[in-house]
Amino acid sequence: MAADVTLAEICVAACSDTYRESGEILAHAVGIIPTIGARLAKLTHSPDLVLSDGEAFMMSEPPPLGKTAAAGGVIEGWAPFRRIFDIVASGRRQSMMGASQIDRFGNQNISLIGDWNKPTRQLIGVRGAPGNTANHRVDYWVARHSPRLFVEAVDMVSGVGNDRARAAGPALRHHHLGVIVTNLAVLGYDDDGAVTVLSIHPGVDPAAVAENTGFALDVDGAPATRVPTEEELRLIREELDPRGARTREVPD
Amino acid sequence: MPNKKIGLSDAIASIESGMTIGIGGWGSRRKPMAAVRELLRSDVKDLTVVAFGGPDVGLLVAAGKVRKLIYGFVSLDSIPLDPLFTAARERGELEINEYDEGMFVTGLRAAASRLSFLPTVAGLGSDVLAANPHLKTIASPYSDDEYVAVPAIPLDVAFIHANRADSGGNAQFLGPDPYFDDLFAMAAKRTFVSTERIVETRDLLNQGSFHTLMLSRMYVTGVIETPRGAHFTTCEPDYGRDERFQKHYAASAKDPDTWRAFASEFLDGDEAGYLEAVDRFHAAQEVK
Repeated sequence: MAADVTLAEICVAACSDTYRESGEILAHAVGIIPTIGARLAKLTHSPDLVLSDGEAFMMSEPPPLGKTAAAGGVIEGWAPFRRIFDIVASGRRQSMMGASQIDRFGNQNISLIGDWNKPTRQLIGVRGAPGNTANHRVDYWVARHSPRLFVEAVDMVSGVGNDRARAAGPALRHHHLGVIVTNLAVLGYDDDGAVTVLSIHPGVDPAAVAENTGFALDVDGAPATRVPTEEELRLIREELDPRGARTREVPD
Repeated sequence: MPNKKIGLSDAIASIESGMTIGIGGWGSRRKPMAAVRELLRSDVKDLTVVAFGGPDVGLLVAAGKVRKLIYGFVSLDSIPLDPLFTAARERGELEINEYDEGMFVTGLRAAASRLSFLPTVAGLGSDVLAANPHLKTIASPYSDDEYVAVPAIPLDVAFIHANRADSGGNAQFLGPDPYFDDLFAMAAKRTFVSTERIVETRDLLNQGSFHTLMLSRMYVTGVIETPRGAHFTTCEPDYGRDERFQKHYAASAKDPDTWRAFASEFLDGDEAGYLEAVDRFHAAQEVK
C-alpha cells in the first residue's frame, strides 16, 4: 500500500463501502469515522445517498465535520426526530452504529453492563438499536477491537443479532446486518449468521485479530482490506476531514 | 379565548404525588427546566416520569421524586450520560421501562389516540421484551407477523417549553425540531406550557411561519411565562445550550459533596435566584 496511508483512512474507506448497494436512502452514521465514510460514499460511488447533519436537516452537501446545517452546507430536506422514526419504519435508511458489546451472532449492546436490575455500569440505553435492526440494514463500527467488546454473550441485546432475528419470525424479514468495521479488520456473517472475517487491514497481524476477539474466529487466509484510492485520500484529507478528527478514533 | 396565564408555583401546586408526568423536549434540548426546578422545590414524590430524558430526569431522580421512569434514553447530548441518572441505576433503586426510542413514541401515539396499544416491529428479538415483562406481542389478523403491542403511555400531566405562546395556550416552536411536545400534550389530561415569552395571538407569526404553530390551545391547561426557562438545555433560536454550565452540572453530580454544594448554590432558592446564581457563575468564569 501507499506508505503513508493510515489505519483510520482504511477504516473510512471500509465504512464508505457499506453504502455501495444502498441507492437513494438516508445514511445514518454514529461516530467520526463512519460519518466521514458516509460522506465519502456520497462524493464517490453513491451520489444518490441522502445525508443528514445529525440534527434536523437533510444535506445535499455535507456541512463541516462535527457541525450542523447552521454551519454551512445546502439543506435539501427537513428530518426532525419524529420523521426519523417514520423513515426507520419505512426501511429507507441504513445505519452504522457503535457498540459496547457484540457477540458471535451480531447481537449488540449499548444499554448497560451487568445485571438489568442493578447494572454495574449504566450506559446509554437501547436507544434506537432495536428499531433500527428490525427495520433496515445496520452495520457496526468498533474503534477498539478487543475481547471485552467481542464477547460470548452480550449483557443486554439492544441491536438484534442473526440468531434472535430468525427466532423472532417473519415480522423481522427486513433484519439485515451488514458488516462490522473495526480498527483491525472488516467482519461479516456466514450462512449461519455467525461472525466471520472478511478482510484484515494491511499491516495488522491476523493473530492479533483472533486474540482480540472473545469468541473463536478463523482468521486464516483472510485477504487484506482495500486501501483508499488517491481520489478518496484527497477527499478525506483535504475536503472531509482536513483537521484530522479521524485520528481521535484511530490514532496514526 | 380563555386566559390561561398561571404562575409557575401555582401550576406546580396542582401536581400530586404519585402522578404520571410527561416531560417534553429531548435529551438536553428544550426541556421545561423551570418547571422541573419548581417540582424540585415542591413536596411531590413517587412520580412516574415519562421522557426522552436529559437533566430533567437526572435532577428529579437525585431529588428522590421518581418512583418509576419510562424513557427512550437519558442523555445530556454533548455529554453522553447523566451522572445522576446512571448513579441511581447502578444503586438499583429505580423502577424503569427502557424502550426503544421509536417504541416510546408509539406508546405516546397510542395514548394520544386513546388506544390501549399500537403495534410495531421495534423491540422484536431484543432484550427490551425480557427487560419489560409487561410487554406483550400480538398476531396480525392479516399475515403471519407477530408484532410488539406497545401499551399506551397516558399522562396525568405534561410539561413542555415553547419559544412563544399566547395566553390562550397556542404554542410555537421556532427551532429546527419540535421534538414530540405536541404528542406529549395530546397524551396528557392536563398540559402546562412554559414559554420564553407570552405574545399577542396576532403576533405569533412575526417570527416564524404558520408551520411553527404545532400545539393548539385545545390541549393546553396553563401558560407560564418563564424567560430562560429551558436553561441549561437548548432553546433554539432563542439560545443554545449553556455548555459550560452543563459541564459544571455533570462534574458536580459525580460526587455527593460537590453535588450538595451545587444544589445549595443553584437549586435551594426560587427561579429568579437560580438565574442570578447562573449569571454569577458565568461572571466568575469570565474573571478566571
